[in-house]
Amino acid sequence: MKYAAKKLCTLIITLFIVSLLAFLAFQVIPGDPTTQMLGTEATEEARAALRAELGLDRPVHIRYFEWLSGFVRGDFGTSYSYRIPVSDMLADKLPITFILTIMSFAFTVILSIPLGILAGSARSKVMDVIITVIDQITMSIPAFFIGILACFIFGNIFALFVPGDFVSYKESWGACLGYMVLPALSIAIPRVAMTVRMLRSSILSESDKDYVRTAHSRGNHRRAIMVRHVLKNALIPVITFLAVSAAEIMTGSIIIEQVFTIPGISRLLLTSISGRDFPVVQAIVVIIAAWIVIVNFVADLLYQLVDPRIRLK
Amino acid sequence: MKKRILAVFLALASLMCLLGGCGGATTKNPNTSDETTNSSRVELNEITVGIAQDLDDSLDPYQMADAGTREVLFNVFEGLVKPDSDGNYVCAVASDYNVSDDGLVYTFTLRDGVVFHNGAACTTDDVLYSFETCAATSVTAAVVSALSAISEIKAEGSNIVITLTTPNPDFISYVSSVYIVPKDYTGHATQPVGTGPFKFVSHSIQENFIIERHDAYYGDGAKLSKVTYKVYEDITALYTALNSGALDLAAHISADQAAALTNGYNILEGTMNLVQALYLNHSFAPFSDVRVRQALCYAIDVDGILDITADGHGTKLGSSMYPAFGKYFDPALAEAYPHNVEKAKQLLSEAGYPNGFTFTITVPSNYTPHVDTAIVMVEQLKKVGITAEINQVDWNTWVEDTYGKRNFEGTVCGFDASTLNASALLARWVSTSSKNMINFASEEYDQAFAAAQSATDEAEQTKYYKQCLQILSDTAANVYTQDLADFVAINPKLEGFKFYPMYVMDMSLLSYTK
Repeated sequence: MKYAAKKLCTLIITLFIVSLLAFLAFQVIPGDPTTQMLGTEATEEARAALRAELGLDRPVHIRYFEWLSGFVRGDFGTSYSYRIPVSDMLADKLPITFILTIMSFAFTVILSIPLGILAGSARSKVMDVIITVIDQITMSIPAFFIGILACFIFGNIFALFVPGDFVSYKESWGACLGYMVLPALSIAIPRVAMTVRMLRSSILSESDKDYVRTAHSRGNHRRAIMVRHVLKNALIPVITFLAVSAAEIMTGSIIIEQVFTIPGISRLLLTSISGRDFPVVQAIVVIIAAWIVIVNFVADLLYQLVDPRIRLK
Repeated sequence: MKKRILAVFLALASLMCLLGGCGGATTKNPNTSDETTNSSRVELNEITVGIAQDLDDSLDPYQMADAGTREVLFNVFEGLVKPDSDGNYVCAVASDYNVSDDGLVYTFTLRDGVVFHNGAACTTDDVLYSFETCAATSVTAAVVSALSAISEIKAEGSNIVITLTTPNPDFISYVSSVYIVPKDYTGHATQPVGTGPFKFVSHSIQENFIIERHDAYYGDGAKLSKVTYKVYEDITALYTALNSGALDLAAHISADQAAALTNGYNILEGTMNLVQALYLNHSFAPFSDVRVRQALCYAIDVDGILDITADGHGTKLGSSMYPAFGKYFDPALAEAYPHNVEKAKQLLSEAGYPNGFTFTITVPSNYTPHVDTAIVMVEQLKKVGITAEINQVDWNTWVEDTYGKRNFEGTVCGFDASTLNASALLARWVSTSSKNMINFASEEYDQAFAAAQSATDEAEQTKYYKQCLQILSDTAANVYTQDLADFVAINPKLEGFKFYPMYVMDMSLLSYTK
């Protein structure tokens, strides 16, 4: 309990620092939201009036604390570009990124555990080499490149889907999930490779331990040893690794959303940065930071759960 | 060693994928998915158009700032008059208008039966409200200043009578920018209401923008029943979708993309209607000397730029005017400085830079054609001993720093005309203009421009505008390059597409062939 309270404090402090940094970054880079809103032909008076309307003419620290107090009360402000509440925009876009994250995480788990066990328990030398080579290759290709290849191969050559022809979940869940398969796989593949590699070496090093030999000598079947003894220990580092992956998958979706033209929060984030749409950027940055901190927290808890020897302080 | 073998293997594998891909793409013809989705759209009489940026400024008719937003909302809003594809003004919400002989009194007759998208009938009150609101809130400074010359505006029966303090031969072009909206309606930013042939239906951020036929439109109106604009991240993503048949129409694709399109779409070529140039800051030491600027003009080979960046497509300019303005455009100016390296070197030595100099070209990184042009220029300038470095900045930085604060040495960009008249392109070079980013100062130019502005006779005005263009060319104010070629890919079943002399796409002209 004490541990949870401590983590909560960390969460709050992290979010505070992240939001402050994002805010300050906007003060340093040139550019002004009124440029995006009014264009190059506007009169100076119109620009000044809009700045006053948005409160941009007031000192930096006052603006920050105003934003902060609004945020704490659940008021994320109004988008400069679209003139609608940021919370409405997020309610629209967050589920999309969330579906993508969950889906690629599911792919990572479903694919990597069986493959890892297969690689770790491979008896034949050939099998081992094949898995290692494929593993190396897929691990070294960045997700966005897999995405581009997937677009090209499945979209342009086989015409199985139309790249960029995203269907929102609001229109059709089936079509939406169908469209997400390739992007989710693109994010998952390098992660799968890493997890497989980890699980493999973890299984191999556990297999060499004394308790495994003892289990053998007691006459247990190879498969039973693997499931009951080796895996139990070998999975511990993998589980935490997977949990941390969940955080990285969310950030990985930033590029993949560009490649597949998925209108999630990452795309919104990028366009908001170039449009200097500060309230939107601020909200998304905080959400991503919160996600990462929370996922790491869950990873810690899981760690304790699978290995009671570890005590969290 | 092991790793190196793997690297080679990986490279081979990806190469094979790519090669296989190319082979497939060229042999494979319009995919089957294309046929099915298209035929259902034909039945429903609707089309899907790809756009490479969202409508992320205001949708308010007087507040919209992006060219891309204007391009779409041209179908939703109308003024008393509106431009046609030849650049003439035709009656829209007004059924007729006339101008008094002294050019001071404009009388517009309100058309019978004009209905707003919200169902309300358009009255003279709405027109007066629109003029008032536009004058107070427009983000286009030229429109605000033109409307400020109105001494009186009043309704007489179904007529609207506008009296000006001074004659302005361009006034009618500004009237077309005053979109007529219902009185006291304030929701335009997210729910625009106008009188155009299409009405706004919905806007899903970064997904799509949908307009539908306005059935109560007074004229022939739209032939299509629905147009869905699909928003893509950039032109590359848009092109991928276009090539796979998901779109019926996409504009502003490049020459290379147009040539590589494999799905049998028709390609139409027009121009972007902008003045692309290497704009030079005259406050920066070498560029304050007219000989240096002329040397740059001689050093840069515009034909070479067109060949390398766009397969030879595009129109050479030579001054701040593009060919859509047939009245003012003079093709001879494009040949004023033929490519001549020796002459350029000679001018540079005369100006005291026999060994050249170094300067920076700032380019907005989101405009690929401008970046490409700058890259070719750097190579061409090397031959006369000038070292140019490219500094790519994001659009917002460009606007604030380069354009607003004039903090640059040279920049490649394009200026378009926000209103359909010559002064939209020429007013900025008046020495006192706040938009004179290059710090151009020529008394002769200021006088010629002022004379054009106060001319009441069109022929006289044209003469002065042409004189302005000649001065810009003679003083080598900038290194003028081109009006970029604009390629439109269109479903062969669609007909009626027309290029406008401004950055708009008129959807009401399109229809499916029977």
